[in-house]
Amino acid sequence: MGWLEGRFEEGVITTTLEQAINWARESSMWPMTFGLACCAIEMMATGASRYDIDRFGAGAFRATPRQADLMIVAGTVNYKMASRVRRLYNQMPEPKFVIAMGACTCGGGPYYKYGYNVVKGVDLIVPVDVYVAGCPPRPEALLEGLMRIQDKVRAMKYLTKGQPLENLIPARSGYVQLPPELETPEKANEFARRNKERATPAKA
Amino acid sequence: MSTTLERDEQQIIELDVRTDEMLVSMGPQHPSTHGVLRLVLRTDGEVVSEVTPHMGYLHRCAEKIGENVTPIQFIPYTDRMDYLAAMNMNLGYSLAVEKLCGMKIPEKAQVIRVLIAEMNRIASHLVGMGAYGLDLGSFSPFLYAFREREMILDLFEEVCGARLTYSYITIGGVHDDLPDGWLERCSKFLDYFEPRIQEYHTLLTKNQIFIKRTAGIGILPKDLAINYGCTGPMLRGSLDRTQGDPAWDLRKLEPYCGYESYDFKAIIPPFTDDYYDDEHFGIRPRTPPEAVIGDCWHRFYVRMLEVVESIKIVRQAIDRYPKAQGTHRIEPPRHLPVGEAYVETECPRGQMGFWVVGRPNKDIVPLRVRARSSSFCNLSVISEICKNCLIGDVPAILGSVDIVMGEIDR
Amino acid sequence: MTAQEIIAIVKERFGPKIKAEKLDAIDPYIVIDPADLVEVCRFLRDDPRLQFDMLNCISGVDYCEPDPAKAAKAGFEPHLEVVYHLSSFVKRHRFVVKLILPRWKNNTPGQLPEAPSVASLWRAADWHERETYDLVGVWFTDHPDLRRILLADDWEGHPLRKDYVFPLEYHGIRGR
Repeated sequence: MGWLEGRFEEGVITTTLEQAINWARESSMWPMTFGLACCAIEMMATGASRYDIDRFGAGAFRATPRQADLMIVAGTVNYKMASRVRRLYNQMPEPKFVIAMGACTCGGGPYYKYGYNVVKGVDLIVPVDVYVAGCPPRPEALLEGLMRIQDKVRAMKYLTKGQPLENLIPARSGYVQLPPELETPEKANEFARRNKERATPAKA
Repeated sequence: MSTTLERDEQQIIELDVRTDEMLVSMGPQHPSTHGVLRLVLRTDGEVVSEVTPHMGYLHRCAEKIGENVTPIQFIPYTDRMDYLAAMNMNLGYSLAVEKLCGMKIPEKAQVIRVLIAEMNRIASHLVGMGAYGLDLGSFSPFLYAFREREMILDLFEEVCGARLTYSYITIGGVHDDLPDGWLERCSKFLDYFEPRIQEYHTLLTKNQIFIKRTAGIGILPKDLAINYGCTGPMLRGSLDRTQGDPAWDLRKLEPYCGYESYDFKAIIPPFTDDYYDDEHFGIRPRTPPEAVIGDCWHRFYVRMLEVVESIKIVRQAIDRYPKAQGTHRIEPPRHLPVGEAYVETECPRGQMGFWVVGRPNKDIVPLRVRARSSSFCNLSVISEICKNCLIGDVPAILGSVDIVMGEIDR
Repeated sequence: MTAQEIIAIVKERFGPKIKAEKLDAIDPYIVIDPADLVEVCRFLRDDPRLQFDMLNCISGVDYCEPDPAKAAKAGFEPHLEVVYHLSSFVKRHRFVVKLILPRWKNNTPGQLPEAPSVASLWRAADWHERETYDLVGVWFTDHPDLRRILLADDWEGHPLRKDYVFPLEYHGIRGR
């Protein structure tokens, strides 16, 4: 759009319609209140005071699937629940996104081997966009998962179909600053050794 | 309207207000069922005539796993039963295995266990309070409750590295000793927390809307509660001190972990002005005139006062820890003896029982692990107390039971 | 009241109906015939000395070793047990009653063993018996509404039986 730029006064932004739609969409991902198990508590914590998922525009938890664009499957899905999950997914309007939150929804988790009633991964029931690992994942991990969904939305080509897809480059990506006792590998090893020593049980 | 109605008009009006019986399916995906519970309500207009709970939407085969893994490997699965009070769950299962093995736990480990379990009780009741506020349509108590809960979780994270599923209390004691400086941070948190309790009461307990929606609703008589096996705040909310009912709190009646040496009160109604001798963190228990013993308001208030008692226990445990003898953990035996042991502990939601059966060939893997869930029994009474209530009161009653589906379905 | 005294009271009343007792166990228990269960339980609940007004738990155990190589060393004959944990709200004591049932009625696999229901005495038994039926496979006669509680209605088998085979597929969702 080179020929347009700089021809208007300050305060006027030029963009494509597609980018504008994607921007609006990614900034207002409305998740569905869909707590299944332990991960639901972490999802609540993500929405509550400290982590505040509203900063990323995804704080409006809707109680009905018909108003939601994002389904966060938070917790173990079992066979009895599976048909309900599929039905809720079908009730959501397009475009819809699914975050598989926690080890159980990623692939059965701790219930993989002896869980006769547990679905080994929610991707056997509904298509999943982003997998968030952890049992349960920390709220930061869920926020990261949300940002990956937003990246996906930003690259959506709804109007200009047939255009080649760009690579999904994470627009917002953070890094974790390690605490001083874990800064170097030597220090980290020493820290681990000390912890193990402290945790050793005494002889009965 | 002074004119008398014609016969035809009367019939029209009758037809207009006539209601049909209707089945309403509430859940499994519903914001106020605290998870994936499904209630089928038989309604006539606004009045609920029958409630049929359907559960099993979170059945995760914990008992089958328990008879395939060793006791220490099963500890993480107990976390995921009652995920709001994972420490208390770990404690219950550890005590059952220790009873079966006949282990003696050092004093220091016991003090840490009491300290941690009571902190988790506070966290669990905070979520209970916040979620109850959400059920009744007020969002602020939820934010207030999670503000303090995050601080408790920070303390737990320092202790064991996890925020929700701790696996900290394990067989033979606790997994690690408390980190340096943890006790100071813990008492600093309590100093911060105590004045905040007043805020919850201002927000919720003394709120007229809250009182109107909970007082006198869902009354559970004592006999019914005992017959249905209800325990915990659910039962204690129905007891009456003045009629000589014992305080059915296992920490008092069948003390474990040295609870008999701590000074605390078991909470039982009626909450009169002389319930506490002094101003207790600014709380003067005052029952609203509409409230009846056994209703939602009493069940909620028992929880709120239990938070105060837990603070007292934590403070005593903090004082005891530096003087406590022994180590934080002893090594568990390599084999389970033959026999069976049943232990009930007082969890935030009631009496949580674990029953462990050792194999006759003394394998380390138990033959059977049974979890007697407190929420399971507490929920079974819902069909009785929801009879003939209004449909809008069902979330209020369900919230006051304070269920966790992970514990019910296991 | 100690378990010894409770057992003495029960023995005084029922005598030969008590099939076995174990006083030196961690939780002392008595074993009775399924036919006498309701009678004994009513006595335990209504006797003024005992007053077991709370039924804490009903659990079923499957004593069975599916692996034939280990079966000789397992140390038990194949059978089912149903265990009732009782406690008293007023008297503050606990007690355990056990039933011993065959794994299958008339030794024909598929026919569930039967036990009488105590849901008429304690309402708490209602859901506990449904769960025991669901997971262990014990048919409680006279139960008001005996159907599966945790698993889906069309589930096959009783998962806490030791010889239970895990399903490979359920309604088109693969099991592993």
